[in-house]
Amino acid sequence: MTEQTTSTRDVGVVIQESESNRPVVEAIEQDNPDCSVLHTPGLIRITAPGRLVITQETVEEKLGREWETHEFQMAIVSYFGNIQEWDEDEIVIAWDH
Amino acid sequence: MTLAPEKKTKKPRKLSMKARYEALTRGLDWEPSYVTKEEMFPHLEYEGIKIHDWAAWEDPFRLTIDAYTKYQAEKDRRLYAVLDGFAQGQGHLNLTDAGYLNAMKLFLQGVTPLEYAAHRNFAYLARHFAGPGPRFAALCQSIDEIRHMQTEVHTLSNYNKYYSGLHNWPENHDRMWYLSVPKSFFDDALSCGPFEFLIAIGFSFEYLLTNLLFVPFMSGASFNGDLPTMTFGFSAQSDESRHMTLGLEAIKFLLEQDEDNVPIVQAWLDKWFWRAYRVTALVSQMLDYMLPRKVMSWKESFELYFEEQMLKGLFEDLAFYGITPPRHVADAVQEKDVLSHQVYWILYQFSFAAGFTTTMPTPEHQQWLSQAYPDTFDTHFKPLWDKEARNIASGGRHFTRGLPQLCQVCQIPMAFTEPGDPTTLCQRESEFEGEIYHTCSNGCQWIFEREPEKYRQAWLPVHQIYQGNCGGPSVPEVLEWYHLQDGDAGEYLGSRDHTNWLTWQGEAAAETASHENKAGA
Repeated sequence: MTEQTTSTRDVGVVIQESESNRPVVEAIEQDNPDCSVLHTPGLIRITAPGRLVITQETVEEKLGREWETHEFQMAIVSYFGNIQEWDEDEIVIAWDH
Repeated sequence: MTLAPEKKTKKPRKLSMKARYEALTRGLDWEPSYVTKEEMFPHLEYEGIKIHDWAAWEDPFRLTIDAYTKYQAEKDRRLYAVLDGFAQGQGHLNLTDAGYLNAMKLFLQGVTPLEYAAHRNFAYLARHFAGPGPRFAALCQSIDEIRHMQTEVHTLSNYNKYYSGLHNWPENHDRMWYLSVPKSFFDDALSCGPFEFLIAIGFSFEYLLTNLLFVPFMSGASFNGDLPTMTFGFSAQSDESRHMTLGLEAIKFLLEQDEDNVPIVQAWLDKWFWRAYRVTALVSQMLDYMLPRKVMSWKESFELYFEEQMLKGLFEDLAFYGITPPRHVADAVQEKDVLSHQVYWILYQFSFAAGFTTTMPTPEHQQWLSQAYPDTFDTHFKPLWDKEARNIASGGRHFTRGLPQLCQVCQIPMAFTEPGDPTTLCQRESEFEGEIYHTCSNGCQWIFEREPEKYRQAWLPVHQIYQGNCGGPSVPEVLEWYHLQDGDAGEYLGSRDHTNWLTWQGEAAAETASHENKAGA
């Protein structure tokens, strides 16, 4: 994506809290230094100003195995924002305008 | 035919996600030859929506049938492993309290049948949209919805062995007064055209309000020892993020296709926000009153999932297309301080005719309510419970023996108050062809007056009882027609579920104590 919005309104994703999702959450925290993390029963809500990215490379590094981005479907409970990209190498959540 | 991957990936022999989506989802479409496109897709014109280019629909998930089935199968495997473990380990005894299950009874009776209705209508969209992208997305959602319905039934059937109120939810859903709220909402959507249904359910329900509806149930389950519901919930919610994407994509697609679509979509949004919001009234009381261990208040939940994420996030995005926040949103925001209290007070008084039980909040519970609602609980609602405590002390737990007037649109008893004034009942009247119709709010009145021909046909449970269509004129006859059995309804304290629960917990405690004694000796 060459076009990037200037919006800094929060976007976010809600992930099921589980052993297998912990490395995914760690990867998101590493790739999105501005993010904030909220724990509620069974759930982890991660928000970031404007843009949130999940990259395959970081997740694989944390997991220590191959991970395809489709697999993120097993972790995600909800999100807000717009899914701008869902490719082999990354998932991007951002507002369009 | 070969499709070269667009960029280098780690596994060069595999097609890229984009190319696979093009080949397996988009590429399997065909042009009709012996009928015209209009004959093949006959329902796309009459709502006034103009679509110029179906190929402009984007699916960010780039879903193909093989990826879909692979992950769905994995989701089911994980869920059923948990259900087995739960049944084998007497998991139901780990709940915080049997009273918690009232929330799940409401869920099974009220929401599960909606999943089935959604399955049916998304199958219809999968047949009738003229583009392969939205057709395939609708097909996946249709299969998701029937999976949700089935997994909800399987999950909660574990409790049906031991607890009341879970044994006849399909008939309950069709017949009982409070369940006509979710049922009539979905029937309203099912009787719309394909595009309005997409905005009603795909967008307003699945994107705008889904978090308010489902996430509190799942967190509530997690916090109250209900492992199967939590697991089912996450399994369903992982599909839900795909449904949210479909809903968001749908509204953007319609808005981008033609400027003439904008006012039509805005009116649908105004209508369906309020319709769906009124259904979440049942969730509000569940969060604040039915969960033995509280997760968050309705007010907090509304502020987080709706005001922050939708009003401050989404609607600024949609402003680009000329879309404004839903017409009666200010009334909903004002109501967040009173909604759950008013709804639970209705259910409390009428639970002698419900598929769940209610009870007066304990002093600790009331303290929590007073902290969560500093501006309203002590002033307006605590006095009601103080009075009820005196009733109970003198042996007269309060049940209302009359039947309430229902709102012609949302079908909730007319017990809401004026926006910003919790001491004045809100009652709206509209006249249509010489008859008077009553609605509970500005939102419902606006919806009625926009389509009176539709809403005057509402099947209002109270009217139906008076017309003699619900088993007979007396309460026991109506309850029998509802398929209620002893133990399903009424006061929780002293109910069958409560008595059994105390016995089972006593047995479990006695067993632990005897084990400890043996270990000590």
